[in-house]
Amino acid sequence: MDYGLLFIQTLNGLQLGLLLFLVASGLTLVFGILDFVNLAHGSLYMLGAFICASLTYLTGNFLIAVVLALPATGALGYLLERFLVRSLYTRDHLDHVLATFGLILVLDTLTHLIWGPAGIAIPLPDWLDGQVEVLSGVVVPTFRLLIIAVGLATAAGLFWLVNYTRLGMLIRAGASNRTMVAALGIDIQTLFALVFALGAMLAGLAGMLVAPITEASIGMGNNIIITAFVVIIVGGIGSMKGAFVGALLIGLIDTLGRSFIDDLFKLFVESNTAETAGPAVSGMLIYILMAAILAVRPQGLFPPKVR
Amino acid sequence: MIGFGKSSWVTLAIMAILLVLPMVFYWNGNTFYLSLATRLTILAIAAVSLNLVLGYGGLISFGHAAYIGFGAYAVGIPTYHVFYGGAEGIATTNGLFQFGVAVGISALFALITGAISLRTKGVYFIMITMAFAQMAYYMFLSIEEYGGDDGLVIEVRSKLPLVDLDNPMELFVLSYVSLVVAMLMVRTIIHSRFGMVLQGAKGNNERMVTLGYNSYLYRLVAFTISGAMCGFAGALMGNFSSFISPEMMAWSRSGELMFMVILGGTATTLGPVLGSAVFIVVEEFMSSYTVYWHLPFGLMLIGIVLFVRGGLMGLLVGKGR
Repeated sequence: MDYGLLFIQTLNGLQLGLLLFLVASGLTLVFGILDFVNLAHGSLYMLGAFICASLTYLTGNFLIAVVLALPATGALGYLLERFLVRSLYTRDHLDHVLATFGLILVLDTLTHLIWGPAGIAIPLPDWLDGQVEVLSGVVVPTFRLLIIAVGLATAAGLFWLVNYTRLGMLIRAGASNRTMVAALGIDIQTLFALVFALGAMLAGLAGMLVAPITEASIGMGNNIIITAFVVIIVGGIGSMKGAFVGALLIGLIDTLGRSFIDDLFKLFVESNTAETAGPAVSGMLIYILMAAILAVRPQGLFPPKVR
Repeated sequence: MIGFGKSSWVTLAIMAILLVLPMVFYWNGNTFYLSLATRLTILAIAAVSLNLVLGYGGLISFGHAAYIGFGAYAVGIPTYHVFYGGAEGIATTNGLFQFGVAVGISALFALITGAISLRTKGVYFIMITMAFAQMAYYMFLSIEEYGGDDGLVIEVRSKLPLVDLDNPMELFVLSYVSLVVAMLMVRTIIHSRFGMVLQGAKGNNERMVTLGYNSYLYRLVAFTISGAMCGFAGALMGNFSSFISPEMMAWSRSGELMFMVILGGTATTLGPVLGSAVFIVVEEFMSSYTVYWHLPFGLMLIGIVLFVRGGLMGLLVGKGR
């Protein structure tokens, strides 16, 4: 086996896992605290990428664009919560799914109207555009290392926020008993709006980080949202720790599966069969993993303790 | 309950319109509406099958588009092998075989994924059914031999006794009759003891379990029946469009099916049919008018969820159904 390739693919898997975590953490926060299923979470990921693309061309600098696009995406999330999501809290999950399904159509079309049908590439500054030799003979694009660093830093920041700040305390309290939190005099509506905006910012950040690699395109969110749902199902819906472990697990298994499953199959069956079956199985791998985990633990790996 | 109330008359009237109107257009030389009505009728069968679990069982399946895909591929793959060789065991254009496989595979997939999904509840169930459908989607996406994401052209339609599916009128009549049979089947199921348990478990599962019913098993059987019916609709869809692509199984398609049921009114006999009719006609009208039709369409979706409780049936026949 080629260990250089294995190393690079592990890094790629880590990168995918951390991007998934950024999307899944917002999803799991919104579900855990607001009890709201947001299918349109992927649209916020897409909008983050498009806003960042426009700002990059406006300011001429990708990093400044990210710094400006983050609060913009957060504000967008806040507005969505204020004008649509809020009136759905008292409804059941089916209504959430349908309304946010409609919202996806609306946001995708608005993006089409504003930015046009084609994808937008985001140019990187020179110092991020190169490659770094991390091990002898193994080169990795600098930007991918930055994604990993930002992903880890955000995860750490989120753990700090949830576990060691007053806002985090309210978030955890709201997740276990929101009536009690409201009764204790906390403005639960503002708290909910903040949580939704935070989730939007996290998804937007993931979109901004991925756009320089894949370009910002319409419908980009619709692919990642399903994987993000698999992540939070595997991790346990509402659990931050579950989202983190689940995201890394899914990211690594998906990436490594796609690159090595052919070789693995060739150990057991003849190479023709392996080459046909390989791609089919590798695409299904994360769903098989999900089914296996759910068969043993229907609530996911880290089910939240109380609801 | 089976007596002729207001909703039964509405049902008969609308079903009659659905049968006669496309025929009138067709005999006046306008084939477009017949094709629209055929597509609508086939999707209505899928919506009726989804309504069995979603409406009466309270099981929000977000993966029913997968069965349409299975059904269509059950027509496409045997036909493909007739023309391009390989897999002699299944290479055939025999419709009875193809429809049988469509129903069988769909039932099997529903049984297996249902057995896992039904261990969970609430939002987990929604997401898991969606994820399993997505798994099937990726599987067909990666099978190069059957076209991958380009899809597969079905060279000839299924050969069935009595009906010739190449004749658009006969295809429509077969779809229409299938829809009526599907509606009657679901109606019979829900008025049976089995259906009562299913609906009881929707209302209060703990009570049903305490009464000694193994509601898990009832739900699994309902889920399997629903999958099989939807697979049948898929086989019709494959024959109608003469083309299949994994896109037919994408999660947004499952969302559309769900919306048809909700739009028409869950847990009603006519609701899913009415929902698919309005959905398809509005979609057709809007998309011919502007390329940005998803915008008003999405707003309509949101508006209906927010303001129309009980769906169109609720509006038509009032609340005390």
